[in-house]
Amino acid sequence: MAHKRSTIDPSKKWNGPVRQYDLVKEIVIATLVVGFLALSLAALFSSPDEKALTMQSWSIEAPADFAQTAAGELAGTTTSASYGPPYNTNGSGQNIGPVNLGKIAGVRIPIDPAKSFVIEPLSIEPSDAIKAAITQWSSASADQSSKWATSYADALTKDGKATTLADPTGKFGPVPTLVTGLLGMAQSGALDGALTTRDTPLPTNFTKPLLFLADSGTYFPDKAAAQHLSGDQWGVMNETGSWPGQSWLWLYSLWYQIEPFKSSGNADILVMSLMGVLSLGLIFLPLLPIISRIPYWIPVHRLIWRKWYQRKA
Amino acid sequence: MSTKSSWTGRFRSATLEKFEPEDLLPEVQPAYVASWIYIFGVATLAALIMLVASGLYLTLEGPAWWHTSNIGHYVNSVHLWSVELFFVFMVVHLWGKFWMAAWRGRRLATWITGCLAFFASIITGFTGYIIQTNFDSQWIATQAKDGFNAVGIGAFFNTLNTGQAILLHVSLLPLVLGGIVIWHVILVRRKGVVPPIDEAGE
Amino acid sequence: MLRILEINLNHPAHYVSVGPFSVSAGNLTIILAMFAIFIIALFLPFPNHDQTEKHAALKSEKR
Repeated sequence: MAHKRSTIDPSKKWNGPVRQYDLVKEIVIATLVVGFLALSLAALFSSPDEKALTMQSWSIEAPADFAQTAAGELAGTTTSASYGPPYNTNGSGQNIGPVNLGKIAGVRIPIDPAKSFVIEPLSIEPSDAIKAAITQWSSASADQSSKWATSYADALTKDGKATTLADPTGKFGPVPTLVTGLLGMAQSGALDGALTTRDTPLPTNFTKPLLFLADSGTYFPDKAAAQHLSGDQWGVMNETGSWPGQSWLWLYSLWYQIEPFKSSGNADILVMSLMGVLSLGLIFLPLLPIISRIPYWIPVHRLIWRKWYQRKA
Repeated sequence: MSTKSSWTGRFRSATLEKFEPEDLLPEVQPAYVASWIYIFGVATLAALIMLVASGLYLTLEGPAWWHTSNIGHYVNSVHLWSVELFFVFMVVHLWGKFWMAAWRGRRLATWITGCLAFFASIITGFTGYIIQTNFDSQWIATQAKDGFNAVGIGAFFNTLNTGQAILLHVSLLPLVLGGIVIWHVILVRRKGVVPPIDEAGE
Repeated sequence: MLRILEINLNHPAHYVSVGPFSVSAGNLTIILAMFAIFIIALFLPFPNHDQTEKHAALKSEKR
């Protein structure tokens, strides 16, 4: 199909009619207007600030959930304990086809949850009973300690409400003492410090308490769900309270609501890969056939440049 | 007088000498630059200025100041609403540029740097969300870690390491984003604003 | 003083749900505002401040 030769070469320097245009005035006015908008919106609507959760708040508000999670850390059944890279080798991480990028990156943030979240903090407790429990735990074989912890974690979960269970036959070993000790330490507020100050007394790295908290069965996820922040609630886009959130993450959030991503164990790598491809598509959009022609087929530009087209006519 | 033999001369040829001062800061624009759609680039820049200004105020007082100070909470609110305005104006700017097919006439690099600025803004904003030192930051950090860990980045960028996130948010990422934005604006000045899609044949 | 002006958003949000889509009232407001701003920018007449027009070639005569 023959086209008339274009009369404007967009790659050439503009040599046609011009108009006065004060760039510096434009940015000054823009900053004043946008500044006024930002200052006004902030005054009118403020910003959300839901207080951070702590080991103390968790252990006081949901002691059974705390005890179950602590027992699970010792049993190696929590999310962190079986995560895999970058924390440990207890899990395989996520695959996309044959590729496992997490494994390639390796274990660079080593965390042994039983040790990091339970034994090491408890080791600063002065109680003789806890010291004896730690000694019994540390000197047992891996199989024996796993058996103790798994059966105790199962029993606590089955009960649902208990923070400690009687153990007349000793089948749980030192685990009840360790879990109850950790609960007490958390409720006193000492665990928050103990989890972060092992490497330095002035911490800025909250990996341990946050991983521990994220292992929570109900406390942490229920608080998030109440604010519509869960992954299956488009939570990635949302903010606490009624404030607007991150609407620019709508497409990233969308995939987690639909299959096959919704129920996949590899959901994160699949969604990240898909978004990576789409992002490349946006970056190189001008080179894509069909999509790069849409502005020509749907002439929104005729509205933008209507004055120009009128004068030409 | 040969300038080509010195590194300085060659650097000047590759950079400064590519621009006339009148092209960098012209007092005129092509006559077709006459639509409100053209204000969203500068509006995005203005929102970025507000982000930097409010952000600098927050850095003067520290990351936890806003929890205990009314003024601090207000400055945090200005920062948050500047983020919303920033993304609103940037997305409308992107829509405008798409419908103008603004990549024409060897302006592919302008389009690409614009998209890179978009993604760099999302990442910079993300680090902002995880340094709030409140419940929202705890949840976002613990959720986002799974995405980053799945692609291997989590081994290097630990969302649960608040100290790392603060330093990234206030130094490395603004420098990267600022650099991309400057590059983008220089490209716009260098190539000029894209002319209208000519009905006669494009 | 600022508190007097404040509109309290510190309560659970309202959500608009259609099929798998669920968006908060706050986010929906922002998204609709973006569309509105875009449409308005397309249609709003741009003031004609041109007092003098010259061809670009002439500007190179200015020093």
